[in-house]
Amino acid sequence: MTPDPHSDLVRKRQRSRATALALLLGAFVVLVFAISIAKIQAGMPH
Amino acid sequence: MTTATMPSTTLPADWRDFFALTKPRVMRSVVLTGLCGMLAAPVHLPFALGFTAILCIALAAGAAGALNQWYESDIDALMKRTAKRPLPAGKMDRETALHFGVGLGVFSVLLMGLAIGLLAAVLLAVSILFYVLIYTVGLKRLTPQNIVIGGAAGAFPPLIGWVAATGSLSTLPLLMFAIIFLWTPPHSWALALLIRDDYAKGGVPMLPVVASAATTRWQMLFYAVLMAAAAVSPWALGLAGIPYGAVATIGSAVFLALTLWVVVARAGTPAEMKAERFLFVYSIGYILMIFISLAVDRLIA
Repeated sequence: MTPDPHSDLVRKRQRSRATALALLLGAFVVLVFAISIAKIQAGMPH
Repeated sequence: MTTATMPSTTLPADWRDFFALTKPRVMRSVVLTGLCGMLAAPVHLPFALGFTAILCIALAAGAAGALNQWYESDIDALMKRTAKRPLPAGKMDRETALHFGVGLGVFSVLLMGLAIGLLAAVLLAVSILFYVLIYTVGLKRLTPQNIVIGGAAGAFPPLIGWVAATGSLSTLPLLMFAIIFLWTPPHSWALALLIRDDYAKGGVPMLPVVASAATTRWQMLFYAVLMAAAAVSPWALGLAGIPYGAVATIGSAVFLALTLWVVVARAGTPAEMKAERFLFVYSIGYILMIFISLAVDRLIA
């Protein structure tokens, strides 16, 4: 059975989109952490 | 809006198509002017918060660009300059672009509101809605003054950058707003003169399409004079120092000289429009130079 080149391309696109989304979500988690630290530090008395 | 000319899509869009939908080149200048507005402010945010504010401005610009391309996909397909964009090229369906634009816009405003402050978030929401509803949907196909009023949308970033840092408005960010607002007509009409036929094909009533080239050139000079006055005013009002004053005076004088060249050269065809081409390229460097010098001047003051 030969693989369907169209569905291969669809899967490749879906994989690349999922990877991009995973990276963005990871970056968002880091950003929320950094914002929290900055806000905590700004609220602390010197 | 017709969709008959739009190619159908069966493949899921690539992440690069989503990126192209955000108009990355416009986003670059939006980020730079927003950053300069923030750096020119008397208060400095912690790095993480400053980064978040600029990220929100960039995402909002991307959302506005995506929604603009969603609404204009029919005319983009007719124009050579825009025919290769993801929607007219059939790389993405319109519904995906709409969802992406709305999602990105809502996310950027919520993040700005939660991380930075309410006023910055409200201004960010207004800038997106102004660009999409007032400029794209309301003015662009209706009046040759589209980019004059629509120019306000592009003038928001330094204002938002300043408000993100200080939480309030004052004279200097309003002058920064005015500089971009008054810079937009001569900048956009220089390009419109060069690609007049493309705009005519797309049915966009840009000034050179509905009025003569001479009328367009005189109006460019009118706005260039106002822009030069706005650019010099931060120094004249004592809100910026001599380094900025020198850059603004010399830079604006060159801008005015190039616009005057456009008026007197009266070139007939795009191939002969050397002055328009020169002014368009210079105007991009000019606005970056004005904002960078203002931020540097305020930082070293």
